[in-house]
Amino acid sequence: MTRRRLATVWLDGCSGCHMSFLDLDERLLELAEHAELVYSPLVDVKEYPAGVDVCLVEGAVSTTDDLGRIRSVRARTRTLVSFGDCAVTANVPSLRNPVGAAPLLQRAYVDNVDRDAGVPVEVVPPLLDRSLPVHRVVPVEVFLPGCPPPADLIHETLLRLLGVEAGVPPERPPRFG
Amino acid sequence: MSVHTFTLDGQPVAGAAGETILEVATEQGVSIPTLCHLDGLSSVGACRLCVVEVAGRPRPQPACITPVEEGMEVVTRSEELDEWRATVVEMLFVERNHICSICVANGDCELQDLAVDLGVDHFELPAMSPRLEIDSSHRLFAIDHNRCVLCTRCVRVCDEIEGAHTWDVMGRGIDARVVSDLGTPWGASPTCTSCGKCVQVCPTGALFEKGRAVGEGAKERRPFLPYLRRHGAGTR
Ligand code: SF4
Ligand code: SF4
Ligand code: FES
Repeated sequence: MTRRRLATVWLDGCSGCHMSFLDLDERLLELAEHAELVYSPLVDVKEYPAGVDVCLVEGAVSTTDDLGRIRSVRARTRTLVSFGDCAVTANVPSLRNPVGAAPLLQRAYVDNVDRDAGVPVEVVPPLLDRSLPVHRVVPVEVFLPGCPPPADLIHETLLRLLGVEAGVPPERPPRFG
Repeated sequence: MSVHTFTLDGQPVAGAAGETILEVATEQGVSIPTLCHLDGLSSVGACRLCVVEVAGRPRPQPACITPVEEGMEVVTRSEELDEWRATVVEMLFVERNHICSICVANGDCELQDLAVDLGVDHFELPAMSPRLEIDSSHRLFAIDHNRCVLCTRCVRVCDEIEGAHTWDVMGRGIDARVVSDLGTPWGASPTCTSCGKCVQVCPTGALFEKGRAVGEGAKERRPFLPYLRRHGAGTR
């Protein structure tokens, strides 16, 4: 049987959603029978490949770099999953939204420092004025709220999206937080 | 006592004159989502979660403040109502800064529960991200306006049960805020008795006891005033 092509992407999040994905534990082996992990922070592939069936996106869109990445991911993916609260609502990264990027950077890197004050511009990509949920930027097919989404929920959702007979729906319904 | 007979989702039912649709529905075991309503307090129809369809009326009616009438035909469940209610929930979320993962009420919040019940798993409306204040001047409690849904339960419990009337609503529409003593910092309130009833009835993480960390708001949030316990509190 041909395996489906699965990817995971890590934008502005804490990696907790990926940790929860790893909490599938032995069920990862079962998943590997149905899908090949073609791109992920967990595998050593540099370029997001074309023809991805399902992609879990963790994190909000917070920088120009995130913006470029999510657009190319979208273009190469059939089913995009907003994976966890940061992707779904912008969650913790959005704490800065009432303030705006420029005043925030000013406060953090200029006003509050005694030495070498200055907003970093090298290596780090520029912040967007606001952290955005993924679906504000590109269309999203599936929303998986939770901080992080519980492993049972990830398992059930992935099997369903991969077209495999899904197991028992998780006890806790998906919710924010 | 005069009795009105009418239909509730097609079933013939009876209610006493003066009873609301919500009261009769609850007696009949028909559940209607609510947020601002709390048994034991007056009803104000602030949130519109409880909307139902009444034949012959152009707009959905809030069940918590609409009295039953003879011959009424009430529908409590329909696709359209579900959509209305989900939109209300969504608007409550995007109007302020609800960041459940770091909220004191995480896991014991009526707004969070409503989102689950109504299948709200993301927001189509953009977040407004207003800049709002936290008043932590009170010795025991704090109010975080980022989480307030303006249900006015705090206003009513303080006035109607405690008799202190510390809280009021100031401003209109999007600028509305609950305020203590006409805008005095809570800690300097001459009327607040520090009874904590407002904290107990607050459906979200807006009013909380100091010293509670993320998700710790639940616990003894509503141990007193048993008649004020919201239905299903802490069952999720
Ligand atoms: S008040 Fe409720 S909905 Fe709002 S952030 Fe807190 S837990 Fe989430
Ligand atoms: S502080 Fe709480 S109880 Fe008071 S209006 Fe806001 S949400 Fe309702
Ligand atoms: S519960 Fe009826 S309007 Fe809020």
